[in-house]
Amino acid sequence: MPILSIIIWLTILGGFLVLFSGDSRCRPVALGVSILAFVFSLFLYFGFDKGTADLQFVEHVAWLPSFGVNYSLGVDGIAMPLILLTTFINIIVVISAWEVIQDKPALYLASFQVMTGFMVGVFSAADAILFYVFFEATLLPMFLIIGIWGGPRRVYATIKFFLYTFLGSVFMLVALIYMYGQADSFAIADFHKLPLGSTAQTLIFFAFFIAFAVKIPMWPVHTWLPDAHVEAPTAGSAVLAAIMLKMGGYGFLRFSLPIVPDASQQLAWFVILLSLIAVVYIGFVALAQADMKKLIAYSSISHMGFVTLGMFIVFGILAKDVDGQSTSHAVLGLEGAMVQMISHGFISAAMFLCVGVIYDRMHSRQISDYGGVANTMPVFAAFMVFFAMANAGLPGTSGFVGEFMVILASFKANFWFAFLAATTLILGAAYTLWMVKRVIFGEIANDNVAALTDVNRREIIMLALLAAMVLIFGIWPQPMVDVMHTSISNLVSHITVSKL
Amino acid sequence: MDNIGLATGEIFLLCAICVILIGDLFVSENRRQMSYLLSQLTLVITLILTWVVAPETGSATAFGGSFVMDPMSKLCKSWILVVSIGVFLYSRDYINARRIMNGEYYTLALSGVLGMMIMVSSSTMLTLYLGLELLSLSLYALVALNRTDEKSSEAAMKYFVLGALASGALLYGISMIYGATGSLHFDVIAAKLGEDSSSTAAVFGLAFVVVGIAFKFGAAPFHMWVPDVYEGAPTSVTLYISSAPKIAAFAISMRFLVDGLETAHASWQGMLIILSVLSIVIGNVIALAQVSIKRMLAYSTISHVGFILMGILAGNDQGYSASMFYAITYALTSMGAFGILLAMGRAGVEINLLTDLRGLFRRNPVYAAVMMVLLVSMAGVPPTVGFYAKLAVLNAVVQADLVWLAVLAVVFSVVGAFYYLRVIKYMFFDEPAETQPVDSSLDVQVGLTINGAAMILFGVFPGLIMAACVAAFAG
Repeated sequence: MPILSIIIWLTILGGFLVLFSGDSRCRPVALGVSILAFVFSLFLYFGFDKGTADLQFVEHVAWLPSFGVNYSLGVDGIAMPLILLTTFINIIVVISAWEVIQDKPALYLASFQVMTGFMVGVFSAADAILFYVFFEATLLPMFLIIGIWGGPRRVYATIKFFLYTFLGSVFMLVALIYMYGQADSFAIADFHKLPLGSTAQTLIFFAFFIAFAVKIPMWPVHTWLPDAHVEAPTAGSAVLAAIMLKMGGYGFLRFSLPIVPDASQQLAWFVILLSLIAVVYIGFVALAQADMKKLIAYSSISHMGFVTLGMFIVFGILAKDVDGQSTSHAVLGLEGAMVQMISHGFISAAMFLCVGVIYDRMHSRQISDYGGVANTMPVFAAFMVFFAMANAGLPGTSGFVGEFMVILASFKANFWFAFLAATTLILGAAYTLWMVKRVIFGEIANDNVAALTDVNRREIIMLALLAAMVLIFGIWPQPMVDVMHTSISNLVSHITVSKL
Repeated sequence: MDNIGLATGEIFLLCAICVILIGDLFVSENRRQMSYLLSQLTLVITLILTWVVAPETGSATAFGGSFVMDPMSKLCKSWILVVSIGVFLYSRDYINARRIMNGEYYTLALSGVLGMMIMVSSSTMLTLYLGLELLSLSLYALVALNRTDEKSSEAAMKYFVLGALASGALLYGISMIYGATGSLHFDVIAAKLGEDSSSTAAVFGLAFVVVGIAFKFGAAPFHMWVPDVYEGAPTSVTLYISSAPKIAAFAISMRFLVDGLETAHASWQGMLIILSVLSIVIGNVIALAQVSIKRMLAYSTISHVGFILMGILAGNDQGYSASMFYAITYALTSMGAFGILLAMGRAGVEINLLTDLRGLFRRNPVYAAVMMVLLVSMAGVPPTVGFYAKLAVLNAVVQADLVWLAVLAVVFSVVGAFYYLRVIKYMFFDEPAETQPVDSSLDVQVGLTINGAAMILFGVFPGLIMAACVAAFAG
């Protein structure tokens, strides 16, 4: 059964079904589509063979024979968890929009369904052009989502978002075409095997780096993200943070590291430097925010710094080889990055949804407009505090696991990397908990807060689902780490072999 | 008479033009629909005839080797005719509403089609020139069709003077090449130059030919007429100029540069690089500053012409087929975009400013969606067909070791994405200035919807057109 195609096309065609079912009936249809897609993606998890690093659930159809472009799909242990995350978040999105979106809900939900299909396509493409097509195609639904349902400065934000990411990815396209000329194939697996010279590797590295660094985003090309997040509707922010950013991280693992390992090694210091700046500097920036969504957006950038750090620290670990177990430490770093990505998917989505919940009631995101929300919304306060703790990396939540793994691995490369990375535990706690203190606790600040009503059943379901995931992976991350272990080990052994 | 049957399509079209022209004189004002229906019928029959007489494989010539039917001409003619059918469909209501001379529009446009078909099928420089002039003269008259309108007359005048200059340059180039090789036939020229490719006279002539082609194409720095003509001409004429003639311009470039002067590739590659770089840069950058959507689309056309030239200058079969794919799909895209402007601009309202599109989504969501797809396709974002067109051209350029050109092209297509997005912004994110819904005839609605859907269909299955384009240049 072509499960990957089913998930992709079920959501894309389902999106059109949602659109044509009209504004009054679109909600149950969208919920049905999203749950069905998630169920199919569970087949991926249970049918997955953890013992091999090869692509699984492979599909292969010639698409543009004159070009050597194929419609070929397949997942390994790196892609599969991200697909599950995507389809899971999609359900949350539908629930979150249920009665909140009254203006053209059919188009809104349809955009998310179509976008989910494209994002699953990104994670499952085994052909570079197919990857690029899905990668770019996700921009358009998000462009509309921010532009139509966004806040006051939505036009500026959405055009900036589109152009920034579009500019980033076109260089990747040229690099892909160049490699096609060398390998006579667009299959990503063939690119992995392709021998490349030093100069070519450096140029290709930067082509990929611009694409993925903008997407993930890294300092200093992160500036589109706070704007996009602040202006996007709640679910748009959630998907942006939870999944779209991960496309950048996934790109590093799928393209940069294995295709240009030597250039990655030479330039690892550069990426690590930018990552550490993101972790520390952006952490301070987050501290200064007065807008809740902006604060969470900066916190996302800071957390993504961890992801890129975990990925590029690998070369330092392998080079230093302190105790003869460098490979397993390198694997630890990469797995930490992956765990961080998935955990951040749940936590950031939850944080944005929490802000959405109170924004729907008060129509303000300014921290100063709130205070003492716990008095009027106790259940909500419990959720918000829990997610804030997870965002700060409290042990027992999934937020802790990834950060801990990355910091542990960093020690094997360089004490100071680890030291700087560990400051996030303080900074993250500072900006998140300070925000929670000002919003949730204290005396009731004003009459608007006094008039707040607590979360309804729909919101409880939505937040509880996310809280459950954060807790499960916090206490028992093993199932998540198990599926990716073989693929990551294989990746590490691949990048140790020079292509020169 | 050898093989005159190959030109059955053209001969039929010529006869039909005469019939429509005369018939139109005797038809009363309220029966003018007649000319429209006859014109559409003519195009369909010509399309069928072209398919019937085209040889199954390989090429065949007629008229002493001055008329050729090969896979490229068959494909180009088919798409020229298909696009023209769409052009007439979108133009009809606009022309009726404005009482622009009805019969004349169709007959002039049809003789333009005839000119394009002759250009596409030419295998001597003389046939090519005849076809080109037939097209150009029809276009001059079409631009001036709304003769009481000052802008329209001004545009026609500019177009005519500059066009005549370009024709002169082209003719001068032709005479130089003829002098160097002693023949008007492309195959003889190719053979002669194959023996002695360093002929100064031939390269000198080549430069003039390239100038002429660039003028007709509207490539920078010979693009000055494009924005003025696009803006000044009645929108139905702009629609016509911006679509099918691009395919014909591609075809004559191929005839001249590849069929005739391929051995001088090294000489014309440099010229085309300059043209295409300037077109892409000037087109995209100046389009940013436009407030008129017709002028914006004019500059966008210039940048797309740059891409078409890029494929040709790559100088390999991949590049030629990529260019052809680009020209055909761009004609379809441009046709749809101006079709939307025509559909919106009925009942005395002229769509000229970008802001006139404001809130189209509230007034007609289907048209807004179609326009969005078309603009996204122009910007080259997957999964629309415009992406594959750009991919194919970039691929050809990279394989020709011109990576820097590909990088430049993609950077400026990001610049281009901005002004397309701005139009989408007006349509989707802004409130309409007037709430009256946009409505048009059922057949136009169906046509535009198919046009928009085709952008996605060919985007998901680009092989449908690409296979034919590749086959046209294989071997």
